Amino acid sequence: MSMVIDLLSGLCLLAGAIFSLIGAWGLLRMPDFYTRMHAASVLETLGAGFILLGLMLQAGWTLVTVKLLMIGLLIYFASPTASHALARAAMLRGVKPLLGNPGASSSKP
Amino acid sequence: MMLAGATLALIVCLALALLRAALGPTVFDRLQAANTIGTASMMLLALFGFLNGRPEFLDLAITYGLLNIIGVIAVLKFFRQGDLGAAAGEEPK
Repeated sequence: MSMVIDLLSGLCLLAGAIFSLIGAWGLLRMPDFYTRMHAASVLETLGAGFILLGLMLQAGWTLVTVKLLMIGLLIYFASPTASHALARAAMLRGVKPLLGNPGASSSKP
Repeated sequence: MMLAGATLALIVCLALALLRAALGPTVFDRLQAANTIGTASMMLLALFGFLNGRPEFLDLAITYGLLNIIGVIAVLKFFRQGDLGAAAGEEPK
């Protein structure tokens, strides 16, 4: 039983690490501000969520799990708020999103 | 084993986000990178505590998260209105 929980926790940590790397790589490589924001949200939701889940599985039913839940709740509320405020401030200050040419009906070439 | 791997991955994430904060053409790119660095360092603190067998590091992670959200909102308000004390309703035009 403990081996199964260890395995599950390791899988969750692996998934969290991979999603975090994808998010950070997208933050570096995406072409404009709004797409970078989209990439960073992968790190803040899936990456952090999977890592917290893996740590919770390792901790068991203790106070540590409650603290991890509190961190998850904090990220769950704070990160969309910060993203919304950031996008709104950028829009008000005139950062233009990078759009395709207006004639094309889809993003396919 | 996986704890050390995830810790290394998060350190790489911090380096990539730091590079974006250094490169970022607008101030909002830098702010987004700062926000990402805050979240990633929260996760890094939690993982590091588990790696050393000292989960008390989670308290530090919670403190980091609270400071991060307050800092991002304050800096955003400053860059949106040019003034930390402006009333909520008025928009710059």
